[in-house]
Amino acid sequence: MEPIVLNYQVDGEDFSTAGEASSAVKKALKQLGFSPDVIRRVAIAMYEGEINMVIHADGGEATAEISQEEIRIILADRGPGIKDIDLAMQEGYSTAPEEVRNLGFGAGMGLPNIKKYSDELKIESTPGVGTTLRILIRT
Amino acid sequence: MEYFHSVTLDPERCRGCITCVKRCPTEAIRVKDGKATIIKERCIDCGECIRVCPHRAKKAVYDKLSMLDQFEYKVALPAPALFGQYNNLENVDYILNGLLDLGFDDVFEVARAAELVSECTRLKLANEDCPKPLISTACPAVVRLVRVRFPKLIPHLLMVRAPVEIAASIARREAMEATGLPSEKIGVFFISPCPAKVTAVRQPLGTNITDIDGVLAISDVYKPLLNAMNKIQHPKTLSESGLTGISWAYTGGEATSLLRTKYLAADGMENVIKILEEIEDEKLQDLDFVELGACNSGCVGGCLNIENPYIALTRIRQVRKYMPVSNNRIKDYTLSPEEYLCDKPVEYDPVLQLDLDLGRAMQKMQEIQKIEKILPGIDCASCGSPSCHTFAVDVVEGSADISDCLILLKKQLEETKNDECS
Ligand SMILES: Nc1ncnc2c1ncn2[C@@H]1O[C@H](COP(=O)(O)OP(=O)(O)OP(=O)(O)O)[C@@H](O)[C@H]1O
Ligand code: SF4
Ligand SMILES: [Mg+2]
Repeated sequence: MEPIVLNYQVDGEDFSTAGEASSAVKKALKQLGFSPDVIRRVAIAMYEGEINMVIHADGGEATAEISQEEIRIILADRGPGIKDIDLAMQEGYSTAPEEVRNLGFGAGMGLPNIKKYSDELKIESTPGVGTTLRILIRT
Repeated sequence: MEYFHSVTLDPERCRGCITCVKRCPTEAIRVKDGKATIIKERCIDCGECIRVCPHRAKKAVYDKLSMLDQFEYKVALPAPALFGQYNNLENVDYILNGLLDLGFDDVFEVARAAELVSECTRLKLANEDCPKPLISTACPAVVRLVRVRFPKLIPHLLMVRAPVEIAASIARREAMEATGLPSEKIGVFFISPCPAKVTAVRQPLGTNITDIDGVLAISDVYKPLLNAMNKIQHPKTLSESGLTGISWAYTGGEATSLLRTKYLAADGMENVIKILEEIEDEKLQDLDFVELGACNSGCVGGCLNIENPYIALTRIRQVRKYMPVSNNRIKDYTLSPEEYLCDKPVEYDPVLQLDLDLGRAMQKMQEIQKIEKILPGIDCASCGSPSCHTFAVDVVEGSADISDCLILLKKQLEETKNDECS
């Protein structure tokens, strides 16, 4: 069977809508009857990636490809890119601006959490061009 | 499974408008053939449709005062919200004495048992392995929502019996001892602020047993009680509840009675859903307790009350003044520790799942996506479903037909007309 594809434009202008795409995917996974553990991992990993696109890259495109065996999440943006991916992956590393720190973001835990909750994480990033995260979660 | 619901439709009054369809928090209402219908599996009896219906076509089913005649000895269990309904009430004894004049032989305030539940909760929270945050089960509509939509949170539910159930057990036992009558001759009546609590008695979750014989509505008792109260000059002292018990009538009352600071209290279905999602996403893990109520301001906002919730709330703050913080302790009662606890787990009810088989559920979702693509996407609800998405689900589930979308029909008609012209 073809995977189910859910696609969302993530708005970089309106911070209050950040997290809506992951919330919609979570709802769909519940309707489909995936296990709470799978739903939790997808929800956390996708949420962190989605928030990163809003905070660090002015938004982008979020896609979830759902099949029985695995769920793939692709988060693509045309933001500034990440110069040093290894550094960005380190716990605690963050360039988040002050105004979102007050909301509790900017602990530098997003990318490490995505790694922790997913089975595979690929980051392609070119400075000045953009970043694409490919997250795989097996069910 | 059979479903009982207090919330029902009066088809005579229903005009088939879509007010309730749009407002139902679990998308449980559809308009079919010009009348609203409630999907039984999904309804959580929150009463939102009763509140919003402009034609008063949604109503709650509950017992009538005449049911008292069936019993030799009658006990009233007034919900704390009742104490907020009357103007210029000096103390709650007027209400309790008035209930006796209405034909009850005794009264037992639900607020008293609420204090016992608070004590149980404090003990639970002190225990290391207590799941946190613990989620209040005081509002049955919230428990039902968790059960159909948040299975992961079921272990967080406070599995202590509802105050009214504990009140009923104590009251029945006391009545049997005082009168020597057998249990069946004693009628225990709850005076409820909402349909959710009517349903919770008729079809309990977390237990099979109840000591409550009938559930009356505050709105039904209001007038006769007012008449009775007007005749009272010197009320006997009957109230035995404390400040914390009475405070359960409004949002935050239960949470503050735990004497801890890491709590959250919220009301209104939209907020409730949002908070449950946050807990599910593990964003509220540093909290000890979460209190959630379906109605604005909590139970004073229940749709079987008479008074505006905010006014009722102010009155309750006045009558509870000078009351002891808590006046009821577990050690003062003869119930065994088990009798405070739920004896049956709350089970996940996957009514919102597309199919129990993952493969079939995926197929259905693909069909839903296909249908959604051709729908106008304006969520006008003239098809009878709350949104284009739910309509697509209904079509795939077979409960609606694509031709029910009038906008699409119109578009197709116009296209054929244009084709004929060209
Ligand atoms: N999509 C992106 N585009 C550009 N830079 C990014 C992107 N995602 C992450 N980064 C960079 O990687 C850093 C680390 O990201 P990470 O998500 O781990 O932490 P954070 O977003 O700063 O804080 P937190 O996620 O804990 O709120 C960011 O501060 C940012 O410099
Ligand atoms: S908040 Fe109180 S009154 Fe409203 S539905 Fe829940 S239990 Fe009933
Ligand atoms: Mg981040």
